[in-house]
Amino acid sequence: MTCTEFLAQLDELIDNEVTAEMRADLQEHLRGCEHCEVTLNTTRKTIEIYRSHEIYELPGDLRERLHSAIMARCKRGC
Amino acid sequence: MATIQPIAGENEQHPDVALVERVRGGDVAAYDTLVRKYERQVFRIAQHITQNREDAEDVTQDAFLKAYEKLDQFQGNSKFYTWLVRIAVNESLMRLRKRRTGKMVSIDEDVETEEGSVPRDLADWAPDPEQNYSQAELAEILRKTIQGLPQGFRVVFVLRDVEGLSTEETAETLGLSVPAVKSRLLRARLQLRERLTRYFRKKNGLKESGVEK
Repeated sequence: MTCTEFLAQLDELIDNEVTAEMRADLQEHLRGCEHCEVTLNTTRKTIEIYRSHEIYELPGDLRERLHSAIMARCKRGC
Repeated sequence: MATIQPIAGENEQHPDVALVERVRGGDVAAYDTLVRKYERQVFRIAQHITQNREDAEDVTQDAFLKAYEKLDQFQGNSKFYTWLVRIAVNESLMRLRKRRTGKMVSIDEDVETEEGSVPRDLADWAPDPEQNYSQAELAEILRKTIQGLPQGFRVVFVLRDVEGLSTEETAETLGLSVPAVKSRLLRARLQLRERLTRYFRKKNGLKESGVEK
């Protein structure tokens, strides 16, 4: 397996959507390719870091204000 | 923290469906529950697309009002959340169009780039690289990095990886094919990874220079 072929399966591997056979082939490639191992690990970390950090937080007071405005208009029938 | 919708089994009714039915029957309080459940996600998606706080506030309001008005058109064959996100994405894009009058704005913008489709910077990251930054610095790095992605990649990444929609739901929400979503997702992930490497690379124990403010 080449690095390009590995990359083509990267998302499926990360999302656990590969067959057992494909997984074995990918793991075989990883054993001999440090570059792909780094790419896989840091891509996983990239997703995890975006999932676990709130970068656009909705502060409580703004949330309440928005919520009240929405509900007030809905109650009027929009 | 992203809230990921539990996926109901095929024969189970999603709890939102009952709430939607109550709203259709005139129970405004049931809509209050739905708004509370999803307002943070809608706001976040609107921020990601408009990159402007005021616009995101307006979009959040408009999206929930539009959803309320159009609730009769909601078909139970998709999830209420996916349907709502679709409205929020469209409202966000409309807001951008208003802001940049005369300029086409779509989720197809700028996606014809080859940048980042092949990893170039292969430096490994420090273990727990986020520990080298304060929460505020880290949030700034993550914001700047994702804002630099082409719109069409950013939206796919946000819906699929941050908000937890499936590939099929992301495709349906954005009016894209499943292969298009997959191709954009891979490139979005690789580009973000590449850009974050600048901050997170292993550097003999030395901290990468701080965030430009």
